[in-house]
Amino acid sequence: MTTELATAATELVEEEDHRLVIFAWSGDLDKIWPTLILSTTAAAMGWSVTVFFTFWGLFPLVRNDVRITGENWMQKMMSMMNRGGTEHLKLSKMNFAGAGPKMMRKLAHDHKVADPQELLEMAKDMGVRLVPCQMTMDLLGLDRASLIDGLDEPAGATTALLDADGATTLFI
Amino acid sequence: MNVTITKTLDLKGLSCPLPIVKTAKAMKELRSGDVVEVLATDPGSVPDFQAWCRATRNELIEQTAEDGTYHYVIRKR
Repeated sequence: MTTELATAATELVEEEDHRLVIFAWSGDLDKIWPTLILSTTAAAMGWSVTVFFTFWGLFPLVRNDVRITGENWMQKMMSMMNRGGTEHLKLSKMNFAGAGPKMMRKLAHDHKVADPQELLEMAKDMGVRLVPCQMTMDLLGLDRASLIDGLDEPAGATTALLDADGATTLFI
Repeated sequence: MNVTITKTLDLKGLSCPLPIVKTAKAMKELRSGDVVEVLATDPGSVPDFQAWCRATRNELIEQTAEDGTYHYVIRKR
């Protein structure tokens, strides 16, 4: 009886919902990549996963075909110098004016490592919640129309913190 | 070994996290008790499949390696 109870208890604990919350702050290729790898893997393990995209982390969510974003000249200038979209990400080191990311993508392709775009689609497919930060969207001039489809409703810090409460959290 | 394979996934050549993610996706469409066979070449898939089966409580019935190809047989819980 005791053993049965113990087994039942263990199963209950194991059944408990595992949650992973990632704060994606960086828009660098080499940071958004592990963010997407970890979130798709966690979803594969049956965890519920939420990624909050804030500050530079929002830029990878910009549609690849959108060139200039923002309403005023400052926001427009920012998008000129920091083009959004998964196809236009930079490396945090060894960027070499864009040669670095090209080489990295070539290596990834040769080693059959999924690229960020593929992982992003997969994340959506696996039910990963992708939440853009409303405040940064306003600040950087990234409106909903310039961002990709399949995102959750934009939210704020309170939502993010409540979601992160008791979950495994990462700030990348 | 005497189990009926419900589905075979050829994930040779793919790198982390694709073998696990693709297996998880395929398993969603199967029923409890169904058996899936996975072929992979990523050496990292060995600890990953063990950990994933532990975490998801799917049963890793068999695991073999031959000429750089890893072969997993998993029963859906």
